[in-house]
Amino acid sequence: MMNQIVQGVLLGGYYALIACGLSFMFSVMRIINLAHGSLAVLSAFALWLLASRFHIPPFLGLLVVLPLMAVIGWALQRFLLERSARGGALLPILTTFGLAIVIDNVLFEQFGADTRSLAPFIGSLSYDSWEWPGSIYVGKLAVIIFIAAVLLLGGLQLFLTRTGLGRSIRATSEDPDTAGLVGVDARRANAVAAAIAMVTVGLAGAFLGMRATFDPYAGATQLLFAFEAAVIGGAGSLWGTLIGGIVLALAQTLGATVHPQGFLIGGHLAFLIVLFIRLYTSGLGLRGLLGLASGKAS
Amino acid sequence: MSAGVIERGTAASRIAGFGVAAIILLLAVAPQFLSAGAVDRMTALFIYVILAAMWNALAGFGGLVSVGQQVFFGLGAYFAIRLANAGLNPFVSLFVSAIIVGAVSWPISLFMLRLKNGEFAIGMWVIAALTHLLVNLDRLIQGETGTSLISLNVYDASMRRVTIYWLALGSMAALLAILFGLLRGSTGAAIRAIRDNEDAAASVGVRVTGTKRLLFVLAAFGIGVSGALWLATSITFQPKTYFSVQWTAYMIFMVLVGGIGTFEGAILGALIFFLIETWFGGAGVWYLIGLGATALVFSLLLPRGLWGTLEERFGWRLLPVGYRVRLAAAAVDPAGETASSAQTKTHREKA
Amino acid sequence: MSLLSIEDLVVRHGLLQAVRGVSFTVERGETLALVGANGAGKTTLLRAIAGAHQAASGRVQFDGADLSGVPSHERVRKGIALVPEGRRLFVQMTVEENLLLGRTAGRPGDWSVERVLETFPNLKSRRHAKAGHLSGGEQQATAIGRALMSNPDLLLLDEVSLGLSPLVVDRVYASLQGLISSGTTIILVEQDLNRALSVSDKVICMLEGRIALAGESKNVSRDEVTKAYFGLHRAGGVPA
Repeated sequence: MMNQIVQGVLLGGYYALIACGLSFMFSVMRIINLAHGSLAVLSAFALWLLASRFHIPPFLGLLVVLPLMAVIGWALQRFLLERSARGGALLPILTTFGLAIVIDNVLFEQFGADTRSLAPFIGSLSYDSWEWPGSIYVGKLAVIIFIAAVLLLGGLQLFLTRTGLGRSIRATSEDPDTAGLVGVDARRANAVAAAIAMVTVGLAGAFLGMRATFDPYAGATQLLFAFEAAVIGGAGSLWGTLIGGIVLALAQTLGATVHPQGFLIGGHLAFLIVLFIRLYTSGLGLRGLLGLASGKAS
Repeated sequence: MSAGVIERGTAASRIAGFGVAAIILLLAVAPQFLSAGAVDRMTALFIYVILAAMWNALAGFGGLVSVGQQVFFGLGAYFAIRLANAGLNPFVSLFVSAIIVGAVSWPISLFMLRLKNGEFAIGMWVIAALTHLLVNLDRLIQGETGTSLISLNVYDASMRRVTIYWLALGSMAALLAILFGLLRGSTGAAIRAIRDNEDAAASVGVRVTGTKRLLFVLAAFGIGVSGALWLATSITFQPKTYFSVQWTAYMIFMVLVGGIGTFEGAILGALIFFLIETWFGGAGVWYLIGLGATALVFSLLLPRGLWGTLEERFGWRLLPVGYRVRLAAAAVDPAGETASSAQTKTHREKA
Repeated sequence: MSLLSIEDLVVRHGLLQAVRGVSFTVERGETLALVGANGAGKTTLLRAIAGAHQAASGRVQFDGADLSGVPSHERVRKGIALVPEGRRLFVQMTVEENLLLGRTAGRPGDWSVERVLETFPNLKSRRHAKAGHLSGGEQQATAIGRALMSNPDLLLLDEVSLGLSPLVVDRVYASLQGLISSGTTIILVEQDLNRALSVSDKVICMLEGRIALAGESKNVSRDEVTKAYFGLHRAGGVPA
């Protein structure tokens, strides 16, 4: 029992990683990027390609892939999201959904239907574990992922509160027009935010590939996980995402003990229950759940 | 200015009315002259039209973009299997199933309609994923192995084919008529008000949530019918196929290309999709890439879709669901014939 | 060369013309008061100078450069700062963070968080408070401070006394007096005619998007301005 809780908490670190980019983009640009999961899978495939074709180990490959993801995020914002967001709140949903279909099927075209994994390229790390008191075995990789999530969330928090660029991004998310009037280039702030979000997505994709298998159509599931963790945690600070990820993972673990096919069901149910409680107790929309201002300062 | 003439239709739209009746009549007798394969394809077209019209009702008129509408498609097929298994006539099962889907969608709407925009979109996807998993637990379905609508096999193949064709044609005509009636009636005024400005509509007493709920349940029912009909044409039920997000992708493609928020656009989009599928469906994954890329490009460059753009540019109206206000001056001016289209204001601006 | 010169500026909100052909100049170190009834186009004019609205026609020249098509954040870099109507603080950020945001444009100058706190002593104890939790006077001081942090050559103040108690307004204006004497160029929109006339060098009264009266503040009488305000002024008014 204790063992399962520990595993669940560690898995929650991965969910926090995949969720933080989604909730970051939502909080800054008010866009839910439906291509989020597909972009994570794209990153995993890129690392797989580097490892299998060019013998670059995944952790080294990140040095190539993460900057690439940043460029993708920047371009995504500049060429797609910025334009479609001008057409209202509904259009970006359709645009990013179209993008997800394109990415998924291009990956399928390139790599076929086989499931892949980065595990063979990280040596013994994929199965090494430490023994904790109470004969609990924790995978080294799971611990690394959890620590990476904590560092990433903490770093993002520091960046947003302690740097000028971070403040510019927060100001833009609160009120883009006024941000412009105090000297913030809102377009640039959004593009930087998208680039940062995609770097976190790239990292999440890497860990997805190391800890499990993936195929070209795995993006949808990752998107749902990210969304669920973001909403469950949604207490406002980035740390809420970590709690959300852990709750999601624990619910899945619990589901799996109840029924052999209960893993995913448990997660979905936990999401709906949390959503139900929040919607009917706070009277706020999801924007309130994610701790954002419901109105502008005026 | 004060003595404007409010009209519902144009001469073209009256002709279109007769045209629609003639087309439906023609389609009804068409199986006499079509090959078996063509009848099947036409059945698929009718189902596509229903899917496009229903997704458009939700997104184009209700402002609710969902990427989880496959839940109702899958449930339509699933309940039909369940009902037929319980001994109900398979053809009757198709429609009873859709009614159950509509009934199930009501409690879902209570919950989901509290979400906005992207949250609603992806929240529906979660509902679809969860429902898919729960259906898999049903022993009758045997997980992803699936099952078949066996009781349909007692009917002769050609009789079965034509019956399903007629059922699909009838369902399409009826659902389009219901939607058309809704949009023309008092609900239609509410729908347009919500589409133009939801907050303003609420402040003047439009029942925003009630109207959206109506569209949500209608769309669920219509998509439930489609799922059940699809099951009837293909006999086998594999949850993975029916609960696939692909169905919603098709709906989005059809509506985006045809023209979101226009009644005719959804039908046009379904036709285009049908033709593309017929010609390029064999291209496999490139076909899917093309669909996604087209949807992407339309959302960026032509968000009103083909029909919306044509309508805006040339003032075309075939099936008027909005009101047009013609200025009195233009109506009495003998030379106003050419000018009237420019002076005609339609109340169909997209929000 | 004038610091700011406006030529035949037209600004539209949709089909509505909010500013209908306005021309005037502001010299370096001057204080200009914009007065006029609600809806006369004062706020729109200020926002057009700051780049929040694009001009439909006409020109805004600042320091000799045409500002057409220059976005608001670059105008801040060139030295124009607006204290918007209603303050528009970033309510989820602290006073200090709001002030630091004003420094984004990176213009060199004397203004720092410390100096703003010296200028508005009521903010000292509120430095780390969320802007959303401030009183009206504290919010206004933060908004002015945020604009000053960009070390502007031209400061645009939109109804800085709105919603404040007379005592607080006195305090805000006392600190403005310091800015004016230090040579900052200011355009201010003010409802209180007496205050507008006493603090400014020049006054412009707007009516329905046009200039109804323009003159030296010390030379125009309160009566004249009041007439222009309500559209009763004939001489000196711009014919429709």
